[in-house]
Amino acid sequence: MRVVVQEQPFDFGAEAADFAKGRDDIGAVVTFSGIVRADGAMTDMEIEHYPGMTEKALAAIAAEAQARWALGDVLVIHRFGMMRPGEQIMMVATASKHRKDAFEAAEFLMDYLKSRAPFWKKESGAGGEGWVAARDEDEAALDRW
Amino acid sequence: MDVLYFAWVRERIGLPKERIETRAATVAELVDELRAREERYAAAFADLSALRVAVDQELTDFDAPLAGAREVAFFPPMTGG
Repeated sequence: MRVVVQEQPFDFGAEAADFAKGRDDIGAVVTFSGIVRADGAMTDMEIEHYPGMTEKALAAIAAEAQARWALGDVLVIHRFGMMRPGEQIMMVATASKHRKDAFEAAEFLMDYLKSRAPFWKKESGAGGEGWVAARDEDEAALDRW
Repeated sequence: MDVLYFAWVRERIGLPKERIETRAATVAELVDELRAREERYAAAFADLSALRVAVDQELTDFDAPLAGAREVAFFPPMTGG
């Protein structure tokens, strides 16, 4: 299990390749990446986090995924700081013997880190700036687990 | 104890962190103390349903006890991913 919280960009392809490299004990790798979407007049996104708690919360969520599904490995990378549309914000990767575990665990990780990991997004652009509000659907998504 | 504020809570109160001497037994009592201080705190804590709280970096709720707590953080619902 690897959990990384960093300001600098990461190479999604290299991370995904490293994650699966040299393993013959797994039959499935699922990866997800979150990208800053250009919305309206938004030109910049700043992600604030809670140093210390963020790492702990992500590690707990990843450990929970490992307890619930038969996973060979889990990777979570999440950035903070200033980003622009098109940049990668974060990625998760899960590896398992069979694809169902890898798919489900990846969805679980995404649902949980959206509303249980201490990150906050602030958008700015020609129209001003504002904090992205949490969505009820994101909170409701936790109920299925 | 250290009290931390994030995102718009930090902006509304005007600082990211402060040290507070308190006898509050619960998070809710601490919030009442803060609200009574100044208008900016009252504004930040006007609607607790719009806030989340962590005690010693663990998410909890507003009736959580503060005995032995070193760090309390207030912030809006998280928007990661």
